[in-house]
Amino acid sequence: MHNFDFTKPSTIAEAVKALSAEGAQALSGGQTLIPTMKQRLAAPVTLVSLTGIAEMQGVCMGEGGLHIGAATPHAVVARDAAAHYPALAALAGGIGDPAVRNRGTIGGSIANNDPAACYPSAVLGSGATVVTNRRKIAADDYFQGMFTTALEEGEIVTSVVFPIPEKAAYVKFNQPASRFALTGVFVAKFKDGVRVAVTGASNDGVFRWAEAEAALSADFSAKAIAGLTVDADGMISDLHGTAAYRANLVKVLTGRAVTAAR
Amino acid sequence: MTKVTMTVNGKAVSAEAEGRTLLVNYLREGLGLTGTHVGCDTSQCGACVVHVNGKAVKSCTVFAADLEGAEVRTIEGMANADGSLSVIQQAFQDHHGLQCGFCTPGMVMSSAALLAENPKPSEAEVRHYLEGNICRCTGYHNIIKAVLAASGQDVPAVAAE
Repeated sequence: MHNFDFTKPSTIAEAVKALSAEGAQALSGGQTLIPTMKQRLAAPVTLVSLTGIAEMQGVCMGEGGLHIGAATPHAVVARDAAAHYPALAALAGGIGDPAVRNRGTIGGSIANNDPAACYPSAVLGSGATVVTNRRKIAADDYFQGMFTTALEEGEIVTSVVFPIPEKAAYVKFNQPASRFALTGVFVAKFKDGVRVAVTGASNDGVFRWAEAEAALSADFSAKAIAGLTVDADGMISDLHGTAAYRANLVKVLTGRAVTAAR
Repeated sequence: MTKVTMTVNGKAVSAEAEGRTLLVNYLREGLGLTGTHVGCDTSQCGACVVHVNGKAVKSCTVFAADLEGAEVRTIEGMANADGSLSVIQQAFQDHHGLQCGFCTPGMVMSSAALLAENPKPSEAEVRHYLEGNICRCTGYHNIIKAVLAASGQDVPAVAAE
């Protein structure tokens, strides 16, 4: 790994200032960024750690739903969100392994927007709001394709606000070696309709399955989507699964998530 | 290089670290605590697991500089004060929970983290919790037995699968 300067601010304002320098990069839990730097796929001049900022930590109910500080580790979300939003807590508790969950953070996950990460499906599937140091971004506008988001230079995610659905579930088909989602589906039933967000499947990253949302909004049961098919065009194809296999998984897992929703 | 200060196994310590110095290198090369192993160096295998502020983390995937002031516990801090093996370590010995021993420091640290959170885990919970720790000798059954024994529960005959 190439060397870099390390800085650990204690406020969002200091972090934003540090990130305005040429070659500066934000570091959250580091569970993706550090391996990436070891492979020399990233070589920042300065790393700005976001893990020492108190105002970016923690889980609490507030205006608009459940507020989660962007630097909150998965293990804390799994524990502290359980009483408010069980499907989200269960998703957080299934990421990686226990040691990874003690470091990795929600903000880091959605800023990276790995096409096989779990959290983007919860954020999109819940219609959550991504709060940054500059603005509030609706989930539908935030995710813009594999490893691509609406974040601008020098902009950091500070928290995520999740509206609480009537029922929800996340079902992940594990890729057992990486523990990422080979495919994962987050289903959330709100009073005014159902949202279905799929991760791990598409070359464009997380996406909403509109046909299933329409069918499930009319009838929230696994049989409501029995007649639908998912186009394999644009799905990820690799040694773990073909595009057609993933397309089928999207439907199967959506049905399972609907059945599991509570 | 800057000085990074933390508490390791109850002692205040300080060593030089670059920005890129990983916690595992800080421990092994900076402090001479070579009980923590580097297995894969890609956060897959868990041989490098230590406790940071009471939580299991992979020390190959955290920078030492990010842990200024932290409380760290390594395998060297697991024995009892009189030098005898802790309950978990003794259980690993009694149940032959190690073969080559390379993964053992991480297995013991992850097991200790599990039992701190969940003092009486089921066999399935032990297996699930240790998902991030790989034993290249595939000695999993005896590791599971050791963790169950360390929790004070009966050790079932674990069938080979």
